[in-house]
Amino acid sequence: MSSHDSHNENAHAHKPSYGIYILIWVALLILTGLTVAVAGINFGNLTVITALTVASVKSYLVLEYFMHLKHEKKMFWLFVYTSLFFLGVSLILLFADYTFLEGN
Amino acid sequence: MASSTANVNVSFFDYQGGRKGILGWILSVDHKRIGILYLISMMIFFAVGVTFGFLMRLELIAPDRTIMDPQTYNSIFTLHGVIMIFLFIIPGLPAVFGNFFLPIMIGAADVAFPRLNLLSWWLFVIGGLLAITSIIMPGGAPDTGWTFYIPYSVRTSTNVIPALMAAFILGFSSILTGLNFVVTVHRLRAKGMTFFRLPLFIWALYSTAWIQVLATPIIGITLLLVTFERLFSVGIFDPSLGGDPVLYQHLFWIYSHPAVYIMIIPAMGVISEVIPVFARRTIFGYKFIAFSSVGIALFGSLVWAHHMFTVGMSGVAMIVFSVLTFLVAIPSAVKVFNWVSTLYKGSIVVEPPLYYALAFIFLFSIGGFTGLIQGALSVNLHIHDTSFIVAHFHYVMFGGTGFGIFTAMHYWWPKMFGRMYNKKVSIVGFWTLFVGFNVLYFPMFVMGWLGMPRRYYDYLPEYHIYHLISTIGSWILIIGLLIMFINLLKALKSGEKVTKENYWGGETLEWKCPTPPYVFNFEFTPEVHAGPYEYKQNDESEKKVEEEVVQ
Repeated sequence: MSSHDSHNENAHAHKPSYGIYILIWVALLILTGLTVAVAGINFGNLTVITALTVASVKSYLVLEYFMHLKHEKKMFWLFVYTSLFFLGVSLILLFADYTFLEGN
Repeated sequence: MASSTANVNVSFFDYQGGRKGILGWILSVDHKRIGILYLISMMIFFAVGVTFGFLMRLELIAPDRTIMDPQTYNSIFTLHGVIMIFLFIIPGLPAVFGNFFLPIMIGAADVAFPRLNLLSWWLFVIGGLLAITSIIMPGGAPDTGWTFYIPYSVRTSTNVIPALMAAFILGFSSILTGLNFVVTVHRLRAKGMTFFRLPLFIWALYSTAWIQVLATPIIGITLLLVTFERLFSVGIFDPSLGGDPVLYQHLFWIYSHPAVYIMIIPAMGVISEVIPVFARRTIFGYKFIAFSSVGIALFGSLVWAHHMFTVGMSGVAMIVFSVLTFLVAIPSAVKVFNWVSTLYKGSIVVEPPLYYALAFIFLFSIGGFTGLIQGALSVNLHIHDTSFIVAHFHYVMFGGTGFGIFTAMHYWWPKMFGRMYNKKVSIVGFWTLFVGFNVLYFPMFVMGWLGMPRRYYDYLPEYHIYHLISTIGSWILIIGLLIMFINLLKALKSGEKVTKENYWGGETLEWKCPTPPYVFNFEFTPEVHAGPYEYKQNDESEKKVEEEVVQ
């Protein structure tokens, strides 16, 4: 099988320590706190961007560490980021409608 | 793969596993049995969908009431759409022929997740039954059209929620199949089966699988939101609650337009298999066809709002989506040109699968060109929501995917069942079907252009002649379908027995395994040393000719 066999041995060979997981967990808590804290501040047009940036950083940490993407083969990376790319393009095209609607 | 090969080198029909009788089928994780389960269930749903279509056409044979009231008509066209889209065309090729042939064509024993594969069939059946049940449940059959547009789908008192849940469950079935195929293609290819040695049907299934995985969750969550809207009046889409109905249409079409490509790309894959086999030559432009599948999947995911040119989108969005719509025609045209170029100077053998494949190219081309007509913004305003669009998508979906499914049936039937159908009858069936199809759908182009709206129960007298011709076409088409299916079914019982591996002279791996295939497909795991369309028999005959010339 072409790319069949060599995967699992490498995939979990570099498991991070529990300390890293705890650190990431603390970071996620801080970022959640940040989201709540900035929710009351009016950034105008930047409000959504701020919230999405914090959420993206959190998602990145979860994907990379808790879902082990950091330690997987690049193929998994490609799969995840292809999906995210499509999501991004879909959002951009969606906002091509809403942003340019008359009255906006 | 089983640890022992003592009893697995028998046909998958004859294999006696842990369970016998019907349980040996409905609980089997063998990809071939699951493929056949899909085929049977899909054909039952197809028969229901055809019956609804027939009744619709019968109602429209003359103005005013003919056989049913307007409410029944609304329900029938809704269910015709839901059943044909979600239960026939979308699962059609990937679930039946993909399941059966994908592992075989890459030299594997099964898909990567056989149990997940069985689960996806069970979800398909549950979703299908739920859709059918929504007809007879108290409250009345849903009458929204298969698109479930807001605000009507929130306000109608009919059984919209069961139909939404049915589509939601069917979506999961589709996602699981797609996931299985992506992983199978990446992980289970036989030795030597590089990506550029994959048969083009596999490239098509692979591209489709990506759309299934990426786009289906969007419709799933959207349908759930509509359910919440109906149950709790949340106000996401309903304008009277502060929601945005156009947002629903965006989310619906973000899935449902790529779904059109879930339907058509595998059919294109089948045609790419059949044409070189019956032209007896290497396919023209293998890499272009392979990448055009990916290209269609890519661009096809970005054109959804061309269904919405009249809803009041921004001008910028309309121009962007119109341009993208024209771009997606390029990879589709690449395929058509390459198929025709493959036939050019080929040693063409005219057999039933080729008839259906050629009809696919002809009908799909009409469907594709009329799609471009609608992609132009100005023309779209004129023909939007007319029967022109009904004709267009039936030419693509039925003339394209439907005929693609029939091509696959006629091509792979002897391999799947070890029985051959009557070729003469199948050609009679083909011509009846082909004539019926065009008589049924072509008048819709004309009356749509003249202004006949789609989904209308009644119409002005000037459209009568077109409706009359169209309804007569539906009778011819149904006769063609009956001839074709009876011929195929009869073959299972009394057709000529086929035992030779390579019935049509193909070069892909399914023609190198026993007929019908063994439980784990091959006696020995194959090794691949060449591309899928390198016709050795041609080379040998050419060598003979050359030798004779030299002598």
